Amino acid sequence: MKNAPNPEAEADCIRRILAGEKQLFHELIRPCERPIYFLLFSIVRNEAEAEDAAQETVLKIYRNLHLFRGESQFRTWALSIARNEGLGRLRKAESRREDSLDALSDDQAGDFTPAILTSWREVPNLALEQKELAAVLRQAIDGLPEIYRNVVLLRDIEEMDVRETAAALGITEGAVKVRLHRARALLQRSLAPRLKGFAPKRGGLFGWAQKSRDKTMRQGEAE
Amino acid sequence: MRINCKHVWEHISAYIDGEVAADLRVEIDRHLETCEICSAVLDSTRNVVVLYADDRVFELPTGFSERLHERLEEEMEVSGS
Repeated sequence: MKNAPNPEAEADCIRRILAGEKQLFHELIRPCERPIYFLLFSIVRNEAEAEDAAQETVLKIYRNLHLFRGESQFRTWALSIARNEGLGRLRKAESRREDSLDALSDDQAGDFTPAILTSWREVPNLALEQKELAAVLRQAIDGLPEIYRNVVLLRDIEEMDVRETAAALGITEGAVKVRLHRARALLQRSLAPRLKGFAPKRGGLFGWAQKSRDKTMRQGEAE
Repeated sequence: MRINCKHVWEHISAYIDGEVAADLRVEIDRHLETCEICSAVLDSTRNVVVLYADDRVFELPTGFSERLHERLEEEMEVSGS
């Protein structure tokens, strides 16, 4: 898990902040910045608004820190405040949003069949040095219905566990698993054909021939 | 029990997360040994999950953290320190 929090150190830090060491709040909130921003970005889908909402969220967390009861992880509590902030903004902007119109429910039927392939060549993380690959991955997330986007964001991008994701989003652990499964299937299907170009080329005896054929194919492809 | 490709796809996500029951896992592994399609579906799905875990896919906007902490600092001053 990224930035896995230490609950005891956190509880101690919160006690000290409430006792007057306000500057410690900067350190307390730092590990939550990424998930807060990206959860909000997933909800409001606009960079500037997500940043503004993230700032508001952090101020609310600071002002209401005395209300944190330690029944959940601090980050979970912080994320539920972020979620409320994001949903509040969505409701205000409801009329100009189309997202609310295509909101899915968990029991809704859908085609979650993966892309059927026989030859998959792994795309190594090294390929992320190419900015286009990261852009393709972000676009694919952006194309998911919101209920799947939020789950995949917390589970696979921020690497939070099922329990914390469920608590932060106010849904059951079962719903997290179902949504994550569907999200991954949708992502695999939309990405499989687009990721091929980022896989390392096959070497071997006829490596040169493969290489030039790939090149010709790429040039001829519309994608 | 013999499972087919559709069964395997239904459990791919749980399989990747190590959350399928031991006996089902054995069945899936046995299926994967002979099914090229399911192996490729598993590999590609796992690859997608691994790529998304990389921080370079989603980066905070430049200066995000600085602006956030400045605003916090203002709030702390207003509320008195």
